[in-house]
Amino acid sequence: MNIWLVMIFGGLVTFGMRFSLIYLFGRFQVPETMRRALHYVPPAVLSAIIFPELFLSDGVLDVSLSNTRLLAGLAAILTAWFSRNTLITIVAGMAILLTLQYWM
Amino acid sequence: MFTLSNEKVRHFWAGVRAELPLLVGVFPFGMIYGALALSAGLSKSAAQMMSSIVFAGSSQFVAAQLIHESAPGLVIVLTIAVVNLRHMLYSASLAPYIASLSTRWKTLLAYLLTDEAYAPTILHYERNGVQPFGHWFLLGAGLALWSTWQASTALGIFLGAAIPDSWSLDFALPLTFIAMVVPVLKGRPYIAAALSAGTVALIAHALPFKLGLILAALTGIAVGTVLEGWEARKGGAL
Repeated sequence: MNIWLVMIFGGLVTFGMRFSLIYLFGRFQVPETMRRALHYVPPAVLSAIIFPELFLSDGVLDVSLSNTRLLAGLAAILTAWFSRNTLITIVAGMAILLTLQYWM
Repeated sequence: MFTLSNEKVRHFWAGVRAELPLLVGVFPFGMIYGALALSAGLSKSAAQMMSSIVFAGSSQFVAAQLIHESAPGLVIVLTIAVVNLRHMLYSASLAPYIASLSTRWKTLLAYLLTDEAYAPTILHYERNGVQPFGHWFLLGAGLALWSTWQASTALGIFLGAAIPDSWSLDFALPLTFIAMVVPVLKGRPYIAAALSAGTVALIAHALPFKLGLILAALTGIAVGTVLEGWEARKGGAL
């Protein structure tokens, strides 16, 4: 699919969800289970993206000290845990990755 | 044509003012999005237009990453939908306050209904109830956020274009996700959701059409939801 089509459909879906229950006011309630499940969307989706980025190199599982992205990623997780700051996490992770790539 | 009464202007600026502290966090986030969208392979115009067509921060980051991995369009749209599902809650929560507005107003306000516009608006409504022209508050907050998001995206694209490829800037995208996910891991169901989704993503990464991502996300959501139910039934004894 063309990238513009992806954006237009992605935009329509997003708008549709924002508009849906304003439009259907009084005719539909969000079920309790869905309300609860929504809390788990961010950790689930984001981890599903993060894990392969860190653990796979060229599509193969690589848990070793030569996997610089895994090492930098683990360091970034620690940084995020203690700093709770997006910018610091990104800067620390990039700095560690570039340093490791330079030395290895 | 509508005339601008004092009340409309007053509500509008109250919305803008309430939005200002949030914009301090939004601006760098928009810049990071602009720069990373370029390094993920989007054209400058596509990166910019995504900010006005989709207009939903975290889902734009995720979409950029999936475009970078050449995921099929349908999977990208589906993932955007899952990431933005929470907007249905905002929609449900604001609905009673704007039920009497015209469809045209509802359409405009729904387009502007992001996390950062919803938060001050719902507080405003809960404090003041429905007032005449109270919806101009959401318009003010929403437009303040919208223009900041467009401007910060543009600046990020401008700066991102100057960064050479050898800097491995594509890795900043998973780093951004790490920065987003770690603070929400505030209990065992959340940690279990993250670990199970990540593990399934590794096992299923070879599935065609990036279906492994959808499968992994659904697994994580199910594991978290079920575990929370169990812990609630145990009475939170542990």
